Amino acid sequence: MRRVAIIGGGHTDFVFNSPKSGMELLAEASMDAITQSNLKPKDIQAIYCGNVLGDFSEGQGMIQSYLADDIGCFNVPASRFEGACASATMAIRDAYMWVASGYYDIVLACGTEKATAMGTALATRTFAMFSDGRYEYPCGISFPGIFAMLTHLYSSRYNIPLKKLKEILALVSVQSHIYGAKNPHAQFKKEITVEQVLRGFMVSSPLQLLDCCPFSDGAAALVLASEDVAKKLTNKPVYFAGVGQASSGKLSAQYKYLPRLRAREVAVKQSYDMSGLGPKDIDVCELHDCFSIASLIAAESLGFAEFGKSGELWEKGETKIGGKIPINISGGLKSKGHPIGATGASQVHDIVRQLRGELVDEGRQVEGAKIGMVDTLGGDGVIVNLILKVD
Amino acid sequence: MATAMEYKLTHKAYFDALKKNRLLGLKCKGCATITCPPKMTCQECTGTDLEVAELSGKGKIVTFTTSNVAPLGREVEAPYTIVLVELEEGPWIMGNLIDIDPSKVGMELMGRKVKLGFKVFPGDLYSAGEGVRPLFSFADDIH
Repeated sequence: MRRVAIIGGGHTDFVFNSPKSGMELLAEASMDAITQSNLKPKDIQAIYCGNVLGDFSEGQGMIQSYLADDIGCFNVPASRFEGACASATMAIRDAYMWVASGYYDIVLACGTEKATAMGTALATRTFAMFSDGRYEYPCGISFPGIFAMLTHLYSSRYNIPLKKLKEILALVSVQSHIYGAKNPHAQFKKEITVEQVLRGFMVSSPLQLLDCCPFSDGAAALVLASEDVAKKLTNKPVYFAGVGQASSGKLSAQYKYLPRLRAREVAVKQSYDMSGLGPKDIDVCELHDCFSIASLIAAESLGFAEFGKSGELWEKGETKIGGKIPINISGGLKSKGHPIGATGASQVHDIVRQLRGELVDEGRQVEGAKIGMVDTLGGDGVIVNLILKVD
Repeated sequence: MATAMEYKLTHKAYFDALKKNRLLGLKCKGCATITCPPKMTCQECTGTDLEVAELSGKGKIVTFTTSNVAPLGREVEAPYTIVLVELEEGPWIMGNLIDIDPSKVGMELMGRKVKLGFKVFPGDLYSAGEGVRPLFSFADDIH
């Protein structure tokens, strides 16, 4: 396997009710990625695209094929990846493998979503498709519902009174908004307070409105190239150091591990083993904070804290710039937004910019960051982890 | 022509039993683990030598939530309480909790003993027909 680099990226604004179509968002992000890589569409040999609910939101399937045509990558093989919210990260991992194997030299990996076009009721229905449709959906389970149940379980398993846990979770959302306010692409560019979080509408107890990420529209894209090609095209290649992916069964079938998500522990170990790196080596991390509790659960599985103790990271400010492990300096899914098919590409895009040192002007730069972790969760159990680094 | 390997307990058979207040699972002849709801293989050892077993339908609440936001077509159901129940035989299953005011549930639910009932979910555009959900009620006398 040869080394593979990300050489350019593109990222639309993440918004509610975008006037653009999912294709327009995707094509704009993709062309930015190709142009920034000093390439033309004809140089792209294959496309790997995350898109989850285009069928429901716009009546559009196989958008990856039309993207190829739209941007002038005529007739290249184009594949769509569906792993709920982890779709784009899955696409990027596969793109990496095809280049690492030597089959392709230059590929595009991207993702798009136009979730807000569905409205809240249909969006809630379709997002619930990423739980077990036969045995669990009849109970009315929703995405907030899954993480709400994990919150109560976390409180009980680790003996943290719910009131105390809720205050910690509020800090997670507050921090996301601090950085989202500095991110020009973010859906919510304003800071919030603990009091506002604790006053919010109860979506699914105990999770309130500001514990939850929004529905979003947006796209992001990256160009991947083999090391030799990358070095000719950019002086700032960001290399893949390790990748991992794992799956899991329906929520109830995970009973031996909950509130831990076993798949994440499997996936992140693959990425650590492959890279020869460990949690202490990670300078900056974008993790899957679809709900405030999800950040705590993720941080523990990634090895940044003991199980049941990750709340202390946020309480002590260790997750901010200058802290032990800066997390979600993009604003995270909570504040930046969560267009599910694009989210993984967005996370990677932000880590790439961190490692290139491009975020000074936005006031979001983790100084000297050389190694970054991406963590994306789909549904109740598809996990992809990527470790990226600069030489 | 049927496949060589068939489900010992299909969703149809599982739901039909649930509609008669009977909870079925699969007992592994290799390791004795109970798998419920049904799968092709044993949850523990992946064995396929499974037999249908009738479960007690009794268990305890291990976690819960009251949802105030319902998916399309189910708005009239909200608020409703969803629980994960650890069955006496080991596995956890998801269901709804009745006999309570959904807006008033709290951590005191954790560990409460419950017993099984059922309610039919008539299905929607995306569900390929109806489903049957476990509907739990309290089996202990704490009030």
